[in-house]
Amino acid sequence: MGLRKAGLAVRSRGLSKVYRIGKANRVAETLVGTIAGWFRYPLENFRAIRRLSQFDDEDGSDVIWAVRDLDFDVHVGEVVGVIGRNGAGKSTLLKILSRITEPSDGRVEISGRVASLLEVGTGFHQELTGRENVYLNGAILGMTHREIDEKFDQIVRFSGVERFLDTPIKRYSSGMKVRLAFSVAAHLEAEILLIDEVLAVGDQAFQRRCLGKMDEVAKSGRTVLFVSHSMEAVQRLCNRTLWLDQGRVVADGDTSAVVQEYLQQWRESLDSTYRAEDMESGAATLTSARLLDAAGTPTEHLSLGEPFSIEMRWQHHEAIPGAVYYIRVFDNRERLLFAANTSDTRLELDTPGEHRVNCKIESNVLTPGDYSVTLGCIIPPRTTIQHVDRALGFSVIHHFLGDVRHIPGNVIFAPPFSWSSNVGPSKAAT
Amino acid sequence: MWSAGDRLLSVMSRHPPTTLVIEPRRGWRFIDWRELTESRDLFRFLVSRDVKAQYKQSILGFGWAIIQPVVNMVLFTVVFGRLAGVSTDDVPGPLFYFAALVPWTYFNNALTGAANSLVAQSNLLSKVYVPRLVIPLTPILAKLIDFTIALSILFMMIVGYHAFSPGFTFQNPSRLLVLPVLIVLMVLTASGLGMLLSALAVRYRDIKFAIPFLIQLLMYAAPVVWPVSLVSPQFRVWLGLYPMFGVIEGFRSALISTHPVPWDLIASGTAGALTIAIVGALVFRRQERWFADVV
Repeated sequence: MGLRKAGLAVRSRGLSKVYRIGKANRVAETLVGTIAGWFRYPLENFRAIRRLSQFDDEDGSDVIWAVRDLDFDVHVGEVVGVIGRNGAGKSTLLKILSRITEPSDGRVEISGRVASLLEVGTGFHQELTGRENVYLNGAILGMTHREIDEKFDQIVRFSGVERFLDTPIKRYSSGMKVRLAFSVAAHLEAEILLIDEVLAVGDQAFQRRCLGKMDEVAKSGRTVLFVSHSMEAVQRLCNRTLWLDQGRVVADGDTSAVVQEYLQQWRESLDSTYRAEDMESGAATLTSARLLDAAGTPTEHLSLGEPFSIEMRWQHHEAIPGAVYYIRVFDNRERLLFAANTSDTRLELDTPGEHRVNCKIESNVLTPGDYSVTLGCIIPPRTTIQHVDRALGFSVIHHFLGDVRHIPGNVIFAPPFSWSSNVGPSKAAT
Repeated sequence: MWSAGDRLLSVMSRHPPTTLVIEPRRGWRFIDWRELTESRDLFRFLVSRDVKAQYKQSILGFGWAIIQPVVNMVLFTVVFGRLAGVSTDDVPGPLFYFAALVPWTYFNNALTGAANSLVAQSNLLSKVYVPRLVIPLTPILAKLIDFTIALSILFMMIVGYHAFSPGFTFQNPSRLLVLPVLIVLMVLTASGLGMLLSALAVRYRDIKFAIPFLIQLLMYAAPVVWPVSLVSPQFRVWLGLYPMFGVIEGFRSALISTHPVPWDLIASGTAGALTIAIVGALVFRRQERWFADVV
């Protein structure tokens, strides 16, 4: 049955995309290499080249299925969120739907004009003015000259760069460039929009405007596929969500249900306990470690602002005078957020035997996200007894004392705060 | 103002959209003319981007279009003409070389631009969908502007020499009619080779180093610095398969009348140009599916 009759905008059956890596990729990267290869291994190369377009050895370790056997339908007017860990295949799916890359197998039917927002400002040229770049970028995104003419004023107004329209964009601040780029893309007229995380740009005010515009788009009856890592944005905009993992559809349905499942599973996969595999040969070994919440219960996730502690058990095989334990907490971008060590304490760690210590962090100002903890023991200044990288992982979630709290995406700290108002004497007198 | 094309496009966009099917493509395909014509606006903007970017902040502006062939002309006149004593068929040296350099400079720049285009615009390939052919064809079109400027300088030179130099008179103005044919051949060859090389360059890293070297070879293979009279007649037709051979000689014959219009070379050149254009397009379209994956 045709797409239109079924009310579908997108129909995907068995969509797959495979990348060949490693040893199977013996096709040389230089032309000289390739030609030399023809002479040296004619038969091998012939087979290797033929194999590139056949993927019968499906589960060989030399292939990666970025997307595998995707079956789904998107109805006209649906706003579908696409979530999943990094590498789950979300961006690949959008690339296939945007015709940037070809599928290896399967078939997708799309009814309607498609506009893709996979990155803003593609094609912007520094030497050209804002005005010229609007036309250029619009044309690259698929708008005709007429369309751009008609929408020009709207685009400029949304971006807020009217005064600088005729200056080369190399003089623009990065914020201005982003606003202009997003503004062009936001005015694309197409029945189907594919959006990949472009909202993680710009300042607070602009992000709010973008979300507002996306809301508008969603309500205008257009079909939208929205890839995002922000569960909040997905829950706000999408009525249906697809959860992808390792290229396959894991869940497909109502947004809150799928998001719940996703958060649940992902919390369960974090390892908030550590156990040593064997006794190290050094002077002491970290036998176990775990993260405890405010009540002292081992946990993988903390609420915003919740005090927590890290408990470590060390086995000292001999006396270690001057031993110091340390913990270092990193965010998911490998940035060191804070560190603590026992050197200023009065803890007695010199004796052999088991030592159990607990480091309590009263003021938790971490923002929602994933964190990893590195643990270790040294004798200052530089003698390392044992260093365990990323011994623990945990996450801080958006719940604050049972309520969902909205933390803007680009702040660094999330200290607890409370508001009160001072009612002046003049008002109270009435 | 509405043009016929605009009217057609706006009507088309109000019709119910057809279903697009995306599935793995196998086999050989040729150029999708419809898609290319629908991308006219995109071509226009990309070409103007290239042109503007090249000239926006330079003092000489479009003067750069002239400097390249003029400097080469001076160099060739001194080195090949005077020092090495290569014959210029009884025509003043500067004219002899400039007449060849005008088409050659276009070919050189268009081919270099096209061959490097895909690798240079990898963000256009991997972040957004544009019909891939637009990318190498943009420099092919953009360099025609430089070509036109250089050609006008050439005309002025001819007028100058005709008026003031006793050793040269402009003859046979009817021969100028062959110029459009030569220009088409020149563009076809640059396009075909450009499509071929750009597609290969995405996949094989060494191509981009080979390109300047290849173009140098191609220059010496054409009668840019040496006269056609050096080639013995039996090889002419075969050498003529290399289209630029006939184009350069054709330009000379039409503009400075060294020899009659070389129809034999033009005929072989057409065969060669059509072949390379078709091969280039086929290879490009076949490799297209991997561009975003390997760039």
